[in-house]
Amino acid sequence: MNRVEGHDKVTGRARYAVEYPAGDVAYACPVQSEIAKGRVTAIDSADAAAMPGVLAVLSSDDPPDLAEDADPELRLFRGREVAYRGQFVAAVVADTYENARAAARAVRVTYAAEEHDVLLRADHPELYRPDKVNPGFPADTEKGDVAAGIAGAAVTVDVTYRTPVLHNNPMEPHAALAAWDGGDLTVHDSTQGAAADRDTIARTLGLPPGRVRVVSRHVGGGFGSKGTTRPHAILAALAARAAGRPVKVALTRQQLFDVTGYRTPTIQRLRLGCDAGGRLTAIEHEVREQSSTLVEFAEQAAVPARTMYATPALRTAHRLVRLDVATPSWMRAPGECPGMYALESAMDELAAAAGIDPVELRVLNEPDAEPAGGLPFSSRNLVACLREGARRFGWDRRDPAPGVRREGRWLVGTGVAASTYPAKRRPSQATATAEDGKFVVRIAAADIGTGARTALTAIAAATLGVPAARVRVELGDSDLPAAPLAGGSMGLASWGSAVVRACEELLRDGRHGTADTTAEIQAGGGYATHAFGAQFAEVRVDPATGETRVPRLLGVFAVGRVIDPDLARSQFVGGMTMGLGMALMEESVTDEEFGGFTNHDLAQYHVPACADVPDVRAYWIDEDDPHLNPMGAKGIGEIGIVGTAAAIGNAVHHATGLRVRDLPITPAKLLAGF
Amino acid sequence: MKPFEYTRAGAAAGAVALFRPGDMYLGGGTNLVDLMRLGVAEPERLVDVSRLPLDRVEADGDGLRVGAAVRNSDLGAHPLVLARYPMLARAVLSGASGQIRNMATVGGNLLQRTRCPYFQDVSKPCNKRLRGSGCPAIPGDHAHLAVLGHSPACVATHPSDMAVALAALDARVHVTGPAGSREVPMPGLHRLPGDEPDRDTVLEPGELITAVALPPPPPGRATYRKVRERASFAFALVSVAAALDVGADGTVAGVRLALGGVAHAPWRATRAEAALLGAPAGEEAFARAAEAELEQAVPLPRNAYKVPLARNLIVQTLRELTP
Repeated sequence: MNRVEGHDKVTGRARYAVEYPAGDVAYACPVQSEIAKGRVTAIDSADAAAMPGVLAVLSSDDPPDLAEDADPELRLFRGREVAYRGQFVAAVVADTYENARAAARAVRVTYAAEEHDVLLRADHPELYRPDKVNPGFPADTEKGDVAAGIAGAAVTVDVTYRTPVLHNNPMEPHAALAAWDGGDLTVHDSTQGAAADRDTIARTLGLPPGRVRVVSRHVGGGFGSKGTTRPHAILAALAARAAGRPVKVALTRQQLFDVTGYRTPTIQRLRLGCDAGGRLTAIEHEVREQSSTLVEFAEQAAVPARTMYATPALRTAHRLVRLDVATPSWMRAPGECPGMYALESAMDELAAAAGIDPVELRVLNEPDAEPAGGLPFSSRNLVACLREGARRFGWDRRDPAPGVRREGRWLVGTGVAASTYPAKRRPSQATATAEDGKFVVRIAAADIGTGARTALTAIAAATLGVPAARVRVELGDSDLPAAPLAGGSMGLASWGSAVVRACEELLRDGRHGTADTTAEIQAGGGYATHAFGAQFAEVRVDPATGETRVPRLLGVFAVGRVIDPDLARSQFVGGMTMGLGMALMEESVTDEEFGGFTNHDLAQYHVPACADVPDVRAYWIDEDDPHLNPMGAKGIGEIGIVGTAAAIGNAVHHATGLRVRDLPITPAKLLAGF
Repeated sequence: MKPFEYTRAGAAAGAVALFRPGDMYLGGGTNLVDLMRLGVAEPERLVDVSRLPLDRVEADGDGLRVGAAVRNSDLGAHPLVLARYPMLARAVLSGASGQIRNMATVGGNLLQRTRCPYFQDVSKPCNKRLRGSGCPAIPGDHAHLAVLGHSPACVATHPSDMAVALAALDARVHVTGPAGSREVPMPGLHRLPGDEPDRDTVLEPGELITAVALPPPPPGRATYRKVRERASFAFALVSVAAALDVGADGTVAGVRLALGGVAHAPWRATRAEAALLGAPAGEEAFARAAEAELEQAVPLPRNAYKVPLARNLIVQTLRELTP
């Protein structure tokens, strides 16, 4: 079905956060730290305050009233300490955006800088084991004897992979319009969850949640970076209070790189062993990654190794170091995306070393139950995805020898990798009401461009047994029934469950239904619930120039029941495209001298262009899983990116014989190997 | 962005007469407006020359005269350019994106500023923005920067693809200014940084590019190759504009070679050309010529890959052009 808001979007009628009109609106622009560590010693805003249109200057000279226990990234202008370059240290409010920005440049901040440390290193002396990794997993697990498994193996690999800092880079920048009405605050924010955003804004400002409303009807992408409240929203609220007028804040692309989160860089060591027949004897996955000095954010990169393969010995470990950097955060498939890049690359290396086809190596090590925890899988169709993908891709014609196929100036190769992502849901509320011949569903869900509004419309229509045209879904407003944010591929599973239950009650009641799935979700459990997939890539590498192109990407996924094929294909293809970016071009370059990043715009931080993705295909297999939710659906927002980079890296090896274990795989790195 | 005035000129002479210190000419604005938003460029006034009647591509005997206000997309698609100068058409079409080429003018393309991550970030030092403030790119992020002709003051690169082709084609840039009109040869418009990295070109304040004149195309075959991480909409890591004419005896009768992405200016590979002229067209001579040019390279730790890349690209492109 077409997107229900598609016409509004293509005609420009759909309003994004700062596109809402507001009378007498003003604009705020942040002043950002120019040191990576130290202290603000003085803020001279006299010149700025005298500039045209300036209404107020906010800074730690006059600290705003913010909750002591709020997220330190959101406690704007409370203290003088600087934790990273780009942190907001002041802001200017003015009558126009241009005046605010010009005046922000005129604020003179003096610092007492201290020596900073912004680089993740494998041997960093301050690496430590966090208590938990996101969202609550143990940092380390150990089962069996890894040393014995490696010692007794016929074939082993011991390899280290690196992934760089990656930025989410949604098309719509983080932006908010804040307006006070007495003690009540309304924020039009670009967020992945209106209810969670409302709660965080209220808590940060020391307000009861009932005094804050967040509206977010359309969002131009988030990829995790809008899953948590960002400083622009707090700045808008503080600026609106200071100016006594509604205030808009729209971050620049460069500011997005500074304060809206990023994927931590990782250094991952994999030790694998298998017997002569290809059965794994040990998996060890050790991850090193970073967080800020403000907040411990521990990416769960080794967690997928606890799910993937049968092995008598399995050790996973995470180590973290706190650097003078902004706090990393969620980026599409946090944990699984970088972790599976390393694990699936190492599996390919093991397959090559053992002389076993990489599809077969994975099939050989299919577990009966979740390897680390022992729970049965609610459904697991990795093998079916591998087989179906191999058939569609033409894998059986593959000659395993690396570096031997040439077409003109290109070396040609193919690669495969598995993918996985948890299939969970969270409690949600929803209502469904018969109104004026329509059925109106209300839920504080978010449509960040995924098509959630459309999918929920389809779910409601199917439950009610009416045409979709008779259903209207209202979402993106914290005044609607509380719902979790769009994240962790849990959005549709969580919201859809509540919508089904509300519609079922409406059918019983005839006029109205309400639902709260808290009890239903608590009653579930007992299964390991994950989506799986298989990714296949064909690459061409010019050994003279190091150029890599990907003429074909093909993914097959097992995700329970697919609600809407068009929307699902968009999610898979979008994820795979983002995975291609991770493989070949995306990297935020840490500025060792000054802190922050050097390439903080889209001219320098490259995401794939259309010419990079001539042929990306996504398929899925029928999967009937009764243990998930009323729709039988697994989330699909993230699994598309998982494994893509490994499949491409493995294909690059097959094409060239070179293993580049440090993403992205650039001409510079390939030329160093030829 | 600093507040500025805006005025539109009706004729080239009028634009020059209007120009006062602190002004900047505005073409398509695809680079200048970005730099103004970043606070890198702070003109007092913009003199808009994008609508001057300099928007024609005309045959000039066997050569071509291109008005400075011709849009890049019109230039790249012009039948005379496609027929006579395929190297130039390919270079123009490999630059930027369709939307940017629709806006960007020939004069503005030539006068876009060199690129460097530090130049574009006013919160960090840069000799190009403020002489003597330092060059953090040399110890820092120079992965995409110059390997030829740079100085201790600056390692920025000129990003234009079109200019590389024009340098290979011996184009002449027609300029008019307060002191009259003159012609500037390509290469020659763009400067190496030396100790004045703030000066990208030899133009004097108030001088305005009115046209680019192309002599008849060199004999033989010609092309433009651009290597980048992304398949489109990315600046060159290294590019090469090449024309090769192989005589009946199999020796090189004529050759043009220019490199992009390696220097503060389009880099005409004169040493390689000299090494090739008269040599038997083949792998050995191509490699020797590339070496002769790249002997001068002074790579930095993170851009050393550009030297083998340029060498390989020269050889591969010449091979492709060999009949």
